[in-house]
Amino acid sequence: MTKEALLAVDDLHIFYGSIDALKGVSLFLNRGEIITVLGANGAGKTTLLNAISGIVPSAKGSIRFNGNLLNGMPAHEIVNMGISQAPEGRKVFSTLTVEENLNLGAFTRRHRKGDVLEAKERAHALFPILKKRYRQLAGTLSGGEQQMLAIGRALMSAPKILLLDEPSLGLAPILVNQIFDIIGEINRQGTSILLVEQNANKALGIAARAYVLENGQVSVSGPSEELRSDEKIREAYLGGRALKKK
Amino acid sequence: MQVVFEQVINGLTIGSFYALIALGYSMVYGVLKLINFAHGDFFTLGSYVGYTILVWVSGLTVVHFGLWGLIVIAMFVAALAVALTGLAVERVAYRPIYPTGRLPAVVSALGASIFIQNAIMVVWGPRFQAYPSKLIPNIKFVLGGVNITLLQILILLMSFILMAVLYVVIQKTTFGAAVRASALDRETASLMGINFKKVIFFIFFLGPALGAMAGVMVGMYYRQISFTMGWNYGLKAFTATILGGIGNLPGAMFGGLILGVLEMLGAAYISAAWKDVFVFLILILVLIFRPNGLFGERVAEKV
Ligand SMILES: Nc1ncnc2c1ncn2[C@@H]1O[C@H](COP(=O)(O)OP(=O)(O)OP(=O)(O)O)[C@@H](O)[C@H]1O
Ligand SMILES: [Mg+2]
Repeated sequence: MTKEALLAVDDLHIFYGSIDALKGVSLFLNRGEIITVLGANGAGKTTLLNAISGIVPSAKGSIRFNGNLLNGMPAHEIVNMGISQAPEGRKVFSTLTVEENLNLGAFTRRHRKGDVLEAKERAHALFPILKKRYRQLAGTLSGGEQQMLAIGRALMSAPKILLLDEPSLGLAPILVNQIFDIIGEINRQGTSILLVEQNANKALGIAARAYVLENGQVSVSGPSEELRSDEKIREAYLGGRALKKK
Repeated sequence: MQVVFEQVINGLTIGSFYALIALGYSMVYGVLKLINFAHGDFFTLGSYVGYTILVWVSGLTVVHFGLWGLIVIAMFVAALAVALTGLAVERVAYRPIYPTGRLPAVVSALGASIFIQNAIMVVWGPRFQAYPSKLIPNIKFVLGGVNITLLQILILLMSFILMAVLYVVIQKTTFGAAVRASALDRETASLMGINFKKVIFFIFFLGPALGAMAGVMVGMYYRQISFTMGWNYGLKAFTATILGGIGNLPGAMFGGLILGVLEMLGAAYISAAWKDVFVFLILILVLIFRPNGLFGERVAEKV
């Protein structure tokens, strides 16, 4: 199965100095799929995404995209290969305009004006508010708008894989629903998605499969439906909310 | 009143030197959070390279290119030579040291400064050198009773063109946005596909090049140059950088111009001998009362 996977992470180990943040994580993402990685604070979710994006080096194990080894490749080349990330906490460039933020999302193909324009139209179609706020500084946007900009910006490189790190963080429930609808739409348009979330309920609703990270290791994985009905998962990650239908 | 206007014009002239040098400090600080103490010496080196071209080669080239062509060539060669030196210094003195923190980098920058200064002394000798006289015809214009020389007009024109070009590149192009983004958040910038090494290349090429061109202009303006002059100009340009808010490029430009004007007005109305004291008094006052620069956080778009 990992043979045909678009993205395959195998036995990945990551260290921050002497702290081992990931201790042998394996997962895969098939073409066209949405998968989610759940886990408590400090479980290693962001570390996993940053390893895939090439921001943190891996000590052991492999990350393959379309069969090509990504380990050791610098972050800016990984974007160019077709993997982009909307990072935790949005990380929009606050003193740059919305337009400049979007343009930077397409930095690797900035000379292909037609492609940039097309990507921008797509981002505007998904997030009409970005068009309204086009000339505004990103730092002046609301939290929800900044999240939309972060996702729109990540789409500007027309990625094969979109990595999303807690897109629902700190957003009001209506906005969370809106963001998840758009994530679904992005997926239907052909982008495979690896979604990191703490809102397990919403994430399991949209993802085909899920992995639970615990202390840097995958403790449970499987189809979302199975995880949703798993008694232990419910207690640990879904809390009372699991009982309300999503 | 005429004296005031004349001093303002003199001040803008030297202020544009400070501004051009300040841009280099500001760009490097913005992106790397490093105060490049060798930057004043890039300026000196540029002045000496320009001197060499103008003096030694003038006999050969002036025939083909004319006076203006020669000046352009001197500026261009000085800029290129110093830009390459800047890249080499970055590679040798800074890059290996970034991971060890900011203080070691500052010490290394001071070392690079001393090294360049001494290299200039070894190559060109410890004595003053003089730019050729009458390089630019000594023409004075009188505008409403205010004197301005052709050389001053030329210097102001060139400086403003250089600053305008840099401004447009940094503020209006996608690569400029990438430089600003890297200054704000290097990690997220790399997620955009921005190669940080290219950003470093850009700032360590352009900063020293602008400083070198200021060096050639200073040589033409004051004629006398010395291998130690980088300290004085460097400190003043650094003051201008702080004045405008370090990392803020338009701030560095205005900081330089404001400082030049204040210095010249101080020299005329208080005491010429104390003019450097005013400059550092300004530095201290700004650091105490407006540590983010005159323009504050609001417009401080850090590069
Ligand atoms: N730069 C770093 N230096 C040292 N330790 C780090 C660093 N980044 C993360 N860690 C540690 O690695 C572990 C995993 O962190 P990570 O950010 O991946 O967790 P997470 O699952 O994303 O948490 P959260 O839900 O809070 O975002 C934590 O123990 C964290 O303290
Ligand atoms: Mg995280």
